[in-house]
Amino acid sequence: MAVALAEPATAAGRQPFAGRGERLAPAVFILPAVLIVLAMSIFPLIVSLYLSLSRFKLAKGGFSVDFIGTLNFQKLLFGSQQFHLLGKLEPLSPVAWACVAIVGLAALWPAISGLRRGAGIAFLISRLVIAAGILAVAVLFGATASNDGQLGSLGVTLIYVFVGVAVQYLIGLGLAFLCAQKLAGRRFFRVVFFIPMMITPVGIAYTFRMLTDTTKGPFAPFWQMAGLGDFAWAATAWGARIAVMIGDAWQWIPFMFIVLLAALEAQPVDEIEAATVDGATRWQVFRYLTIPAILPVSVTLILIRMIEAFKIVDLPNVLTNGGPGIASESLTLHAFMAWRALDLGGSAAIAYILLFVVTFFCISFAALTRRVAPAS
Amino acid sequence: MRAIDEPTPFWRFVSYVLLGIWTFVVLFPLYWVGITAFKLPIDVNDGPFYLPGIDFQPALDAWQYLFGTMLGDTLRPYLNTVIVALCSSAIAVAFGTMAAYALVRLTYRPRVGAILGFVACVLLAILAVALAGVPWQVAVACGLALFALLLFGFGRRFKKALGNDDIAFWMVSQRILPPVTVVVPVYVVFQHLGLLDTRTALVITYVAVNIPIVVWLMRDFLSGIPLELEESAMIDGASRYRIFWSIVLPLSTPGLAATFILVLIMAWNEYLLALFLSSANSQTLPILIAAQNATRGPQWWSMSVLIIVMIVPVVLLAIALERFISRGLLIGAVKG
Repeated sequence: MAVALAEPATAAGRQPFAGRGERLAPAVFILPAVLIVLAMSIFPLIVSLYLSLSRFKLAKGGFSVDFIGTLNFQKLLFGSQQFHLLGKLEPLSPVAWACVAIVGLAALWPAISGLRRGAGIAFLISRLVIAAGILAVAVLFGATASNDGQLGSLGVTLIYVFVGVAVQYLIGLGLAFLCAQKLAGRRFFRVVFFIPMMITPVGIAYTFRMLTDTTKGPFAPFWQMAGLGDFAWAATAWGARIAVMIGDAWQWIPFMFIVLLAALEAQPVDEIEAATVDGATRWQVFRYLTIPAILPVSVTLILIRMIEAFKIVDLPNVLTNGGPGIASESLTLHAFMAWRALDLGGSAAIAYILLFVVTFFCISFAALTRRVAPAS
Repeated sequence: MRAIDEPTPFWRFVSYVLLGIWTFVVLFPLYWVGITAFKLPIDVNDGPFYLPGIDFQPALDAWQYLFGTMLGDTLRPYLNTVIVALCSSAIAVAFGTMAAYALVRLTYRPRVGAILGFVACVLLAILAVALAGVPWQVAVACGLALFALLLFGFGRRFKKALGNDDIAFWMVSQRILPPVTVVVPVYVVFQHLGLLDTRTALVITYVAVNIPIVVWLMRDFLSGIPLELEESAMIDGASRYRIFWSIVLPLSTPGLAATFILVLIMAWNEYLLALFLSSANSQTLPILIAAQNATRGPQWWSMSVLIIVMIVPVVLLAIALERFISRGLLIGAVKG
């Protein structure tokens, strides 16, 4: 591998005993990790690309893989499987158009402000690409929002990611502020709030299936009192999606909480005291000391959670089985279902679309927040 | 642990109410799982009962069923999970820490040309296996030979090279890769090697998935270790391996512990890859729990027992080491 060409140069200069083993040290240290990652993710990625461009068929004595070009992607994006990936698209209503226009203008804002600052052409192009992506998402939601429209697995995944992560961040931040105060029993709350992160998502899915049961679950009397005894979460599209998001939030709020709390506690107390002595109000302390202290951590935290949230599969699979219909199916679950139906090419194509979407949103997020984020 | 400010009595009251609500939100689902594990099917099906001993009689039937009648079927997945999680985490932390150390202290200049050549050779080998039906051993050997030829023939011409940061970025960015994108080829490869439905396959896969996290967390931890110690050891004639083993590792124990626990928990709870790569023999606990939704409808009591035996070890570990883990996470989030 290329690393074998590395030159052993260290801060201390040439080692006194540069024997054979010593010369090989750079390769020995890094090769196991590089080779495993190469073997288990880069090569499969290449094979997957080939699979996504081919049709997999069970044939006599095994299987056959035929190259069919971009047919799998065409089927998913424009053809018979469009309803499953993108959703049932309908013409946009005037209200939807207005919303899309507002989102589009907001998405263009970074490019406009870059233009006013006299930023370079590369910057402008990158911001325009990001704006186009956001606009496409807005049109997707606008087209599926009407009565006859229906969200596909892409839209559902985006809701899980953006709504889910936003809710998790806000609740986590609130809890972190509460726990950062001088209160008796802080240590107890910290440890208790931390627990859900350790629990297997499959277990959480079943637990929340029990809790959301409106006839036998613990909250059944309340549902009956509210006259909703017949209501079943998993039987309505939004009920199922919200149940999945509640389970996900229950598990991941602790992650947000614990890191934000650590960041709040790492604030320089001296500065705050000095500011208070100089007559700064509570709001000023918050605005000029607390927010800058937690902003970089927040950006990284949201990015990490976004990356992981795009991979959501256990909760929808176990909690709602992707149902009703396909209403709570995430992209990973969609790909798994296609694989189980032996449509390997379609499965790989969905997975590639997921990879593209994750990469696009993560890079966009990192680009848009670069000014506040730590150098990575 | 320093508190920011002293709340007013009113605000203190509000804070306790909110914290109490969230404590309930966190603990009630766990309580419900806890009591369901001691219910008979009739207690679950006849509607909500809340207090063991008062509105229903706790019974050990589910426990007896899982650890008596079905002992073999419960223990095997448990053992699988323990072995796979421990082995994969240990290997991932070992390899990942070595790589992280190398990326912090050594200099790498991999050439772009060499990398592209390598990838091209691999592509050729894959195509040869997939299209021409060449046995994979032959294809791998030919690909490697071709790469060696290319490297020594043309390698010197391409001067453009990458640095340590590029390698680190590449490694860490593997986290973005959704497992579902790579799992089908991995499945096929393991099938060819006869490793499907073995613990080995799961260990290898989990190591690959978790190495990026280890590199990401340990790189920041290791760069905080003073260079002077290593330099003086080097002047005394210690080799790289010796320095790594006797100086760097002992100094980074807290970081290693935090990273190990995080990786262990991820491997312990992993679902999707196990779903693809295991069926009967190497089944892990998440799969077993998911399978309790059987033909007779969901077996809530058995599920609850399994969830309890599955989460108790990690929750105890997490409570004991909460301080470590949160610091490890913060280091990761601050340095990114």
